[in-house]
Amino acid sequence: MSETIEKLERLDKKRKEHEKKEIERSSIYLKIFRANRATGEQAHYDTVEVPVQRSTTVLDALLYAKGYKDHSIGIRYSCRMASCGSCGMKINGIPRLACYTKVSELYGDTITCEPLSNFPHIRDLATDFTQFFEHHKDMQPYIQNENADIKDPSKLSEFVQSPEDVDKFLQFSYCIKCGCCYSACPTVAMDTKFPGPQALAQAYRYFADSRDAATEERLELVDDRHGIFRCHFAGSCSTVCPKGVDPALGIQLLKGHMLGYSSNEKKIADLKERLMRK
Amino acid sequence: MRESQIMKIHYVTGIAALIVVAVHIMMRLIMPYNMSLEYENVVANYHNVPYVLLLESILILIAIHGFNGLRVILLEMRQGRNWEGSITVLTIAAMIAIIGYGTRTILVANGLEMGQ
Ligand code: SF4
Ligand code: SF4
Ligand code: FES
Repeated sequence: MSETIEKLERLDKKRKEHEKKEIERSSIYLKIFRANRATGEQAHYDTVEVPVQRSTTVLDALLYAKGYKDHSIGIRYSCRMASCGSCGMKINGIPRLACYTKVSELYGDTITCEPLSNFPHIRDLATDFTQFFEHHKDMQPYIQNENADIKDPSKLSEFVQSPEDVDKFLQFSYCIKCGCCYSACPTVAMDTKFPGPQALAQAYRYFADSRDAATEERLELVDDRHGIFRCHFAGSCSTVCPKGVDPALGIQLLKGHMLGYSSNEKKIADLKERLMRK
Repeated sequence: MRESQIMKIHYVTGIAALIVVAVHIMMRLIMPYNMSLEYENVVANYHNVPYVLLLESILILIAIHGFNGLRVILLEMRQGRNWEGSITVLTIAAMIAIIGYGTRTILVANGLEMGQ
């Protein structure tokens, strides 16, 4: 009994210590990267003071700065709830979602906001995602199965998957394509043809999905000079992912299949209608 | 050749090289280290067929693993059809040259003892 109380006390102490880490301030300085490639505006930083509360996110602070201090600040955002993947930027040097990072989590009075690395820069905090999305498209991120005839609506039916089947790929389907992992990847920084952690994790996501029948074709997509084997398993991608996806894990699992030390024993899922007919 | 096949060879040669180099170091430690480098002992080693085979396998494994590693580094350093084609040819040529030169050394040293 006394042991349990001691354990609870220890946990309570830990929780209090954690809470103390939320830094309370009434205002912070935002140091914002400014540049416009189209007009040739030189890169520099602007610093603005912004009032904050405990729940203020970096995106809130940036929008305050844009609304009340300098309308010309270039930011990309949409949902403000970590769903659309638009607001990725480097906050104090680490790729994060601005709408998902509270100011109270960050140390220091100054918060530095910069555009994501490894993406061509457009203006201020906005970067060009064209190549990133191309890599994603190259992975054919959709179910390929002859039995699923989507052209004829009368034949539409559901696939039947067990919870275990879903578990194999579920975490990878949480990806919102924010580009944080791509920005953190040292291989992407060097090799422009490397698909990057996001695209490779999606390759695994469809490879592991029991509704998908294009198993071998998917392996071929990533099996080239600049493909999956250029990943050095540094794991930076998984560290920064704001959605809890572990791209490095997907990549290693897929490599395992390609090297032959793990086998993909998935049984292609049946359509619900067919099962009913049986 | 597919990249996955090349990388399979890369990993297998890496692991195998670790094993043969460990055997090589252990064999060097049988006698005091400076004695193992004396002329007679070195030539005697080259005359010992299992040991010669060990040396040859170290040479081949490390050349394959090392030059493929170099190819990977160079591939990541720059991209472009010409560059990629050239480094593939150059690393394979260098690998063959090193294996050829090393094998020649082993054979010459082996013959040296036999000729005496
Ligand atoms: S894997 Fe994570 S970090 Fe990478 S794009 Fe998807 S959500 Fe963003
Ligand atoms: S684990 Fe691979 S994909 Fe992820 S950051 Fe490292 S090199 Fe890039
Ligand atoms: S605004 Fe949508 S993810 Fe941040």
